Amino acid sequence: MSDLAVIRTEGLTKRFGAVEAVRDLDLEVHEGDLFGFLGPNGSGKTTTVRMLLGLVFPTAGRVELLGQPMPRAGRTVLREVGSLVEGPGFYPHLSGRANLSLIDAAGPGGHRADRRRRVAEALERVGLAEVGRRPVKAYSTGMRQRLGLAAALLRSPRLLVLDEPTNGLDPQGMRDIRDLVVELVDGGTTVFLSSHLLAEVEQICTRAAIVNRGRLVAQDRVEALLAPTGRVRITTPDPGRASELASGLPGVGLGEWRGERLTVQLDGTSPEALNRHLVAGGVPVRELVVERPSLEDVFLELTGGDSADGRRGEVPDAAG
Amino acid sequence: MLLVELRKLVRRPRTWVSIGLLAGLPTLVAVFLKITGIGPRPGEGPAFLGAVLSNGALFPAAALALVLPLFLPVAVSVMAGDTVAGEADHGTLRYLLIRPVGRTRLLVAKLVVTIVFVFLAVVVVAAVAFVVGATMFGVKPLPSVSGQTIPAQDATWRTVVTVVYVAWSMLGVGSIALFASTLTDSPLAAALGALAALVTSQVLDLLDAAASVKPYLPTHYWLSFVDLFRVPILWHNVSRGFALQAVYIAVFLGAAWANFATKDVKS
Repeated sequence: MSDLAVIRTEGLTKRFGAVEAVRDLDLEVHEGDLFGFLGPNGSGKTTTVRMLLGLVFPTAGRVELLGQPMPRAGRTVLREVGSLVEGPGFYPHLSGRANLSLIDAAGPGGHRADRRRRVAEALERVGLAEVGRRPVKAYSTGMRQRLGLAAALLRSPRLLVLDEPTNGLDPQGMRDIRDLVVELVDGGTTVFLSSHLLAEVEQICTRAAIVNRGRLVAQDRVEALLAPTGRVRITTPDPGRASELASGLPGVGLGEWRGERLTVQLDGTSPEALNRHLVAGGVPVRELVVERPSLEDVFLELTGGDSADGRRGEVPDAAG
Repeated sequence: MLLVELRKLVRRPRTWVSIGLLAGLPTLVAVFLKITGIGPRPGEGPAFLGAVLSNGALFPAAALALVLPLFLPVAVSVMAGDTVAGEADHGTLRYLLIRPVGRTRLLVAKLVVTIVFVFLAVVVVAAVAFVVGATMFGVKPLPSVSGQTIPAQDATWRTVVTVVYVAWSMLGVGSIALFASTLTDSPLAAALGALAALVTSQVLDLLDAAASVKPYLPTHYWLSFVDLFRVPILWHNVSRGFALQAVYIAVFLGAAWANFATKDVKS
């Protein structure tokens, strides 16, 4: 992993008439990242993706792709970028194979001689080898999505920009695509994954940005976004004694107590110290869990959704 | 890119269906003429049709005069209107641009495809009409519209100029439709937009009150190719027609380019 910014935007802004779709967005995606781009519907994700690829022209700000300015350097830079934007697009009366062959032939790069092989490989990769000869109009939504991904992979791009790649796929299909994306990243491809499937991003992404109403609200490593909340859950057959002992320790605030489960808030005391203290006091600790927020919690917190557990203020402010 | 566009044109059933229908209409008319032997009286009905009964050599020109007012411009509008808007409609436009294909390059490829389609359609109509005319009515030296006879050799190049003239006029239609095609993501709306412009032009062309704008209407000189079959040829309207279409083609292609090159592609 090097420090080259594969995608960099500075002050990226797009207005459609009076509507400000994207405002002052600063993104940085490094080489080798599996970058999750999150946001509620209508938060400007797709507009941002379209600006990255030179389809929509920014009102203000800059976009750099692979170190070169977009959209000016698009003709060279985009050769090394594969993408799936807002669903795949194909000529319905032609077969999947013919579609891939046409899109490959339409632009620069990629030898004519090995086109057939590359098309076959891309189809194989997404699990469409068997049906590549059927016309696209006979494909299911999931198959179209896979074919779109195959088109993005045709020329083994350095950067993959995927907008909702698992849309319309069944659970098995989603897992296949996730595995494929991880495999590609392991192979050195940088992936920019725009999604609203938080679990998906939480599972596979290394870094993530969250946008809301066209503004960036967080951008960090996923681990950092999911930093511990400071709460620790203890399971013990003797929660009474545990609560007594814990409250004697400085920097521990008592929380809920439900059955065998006790929740405490640590502030200045480490979970290890708490555990030692409890065990030394004769409390049998069956389980001690350091609570982390799910990406959903963080997302809802940052995008103004309701966070039921009232963890407000404990989410790291990663926007700066 | 260009070859890809041509491949798309050729592999599309619609291309051949529309050209087949275009060639079919004059053939149908020929069959009726042959069976009944009743032609329009001289000076009435579509150009040349009255003379065709006695001489099949005029049938290519007659066939073009048959499809020119409505059928041909509809076919060209639908085809050219589909060029960019059709890609947007299929969701393929963004993938072509990302591939990357430069916007100007894409538009030029679409223009070339439109030109190929227009010439293909006009030439096929003329060729089919020639064969039909020759087999059904026989070929004799042409009697000109003015009365004298046109030698066979002469008739050939006059027909060729007619084909070029009609194709050039249709390219004017194609340019309007191509421009409309960059404005919308719906191929139907683009074709309709171009046809609306043509219908407006044809209506105004019939209106005495619009006399002052008539010479500038895109459809005004369409049928002037009839003058090519006079002795001597009356070049005035034909050359004005060529020049007027050139202006329409330049203006609308320029507008199409200016719009498409700066447009946010949201399809």
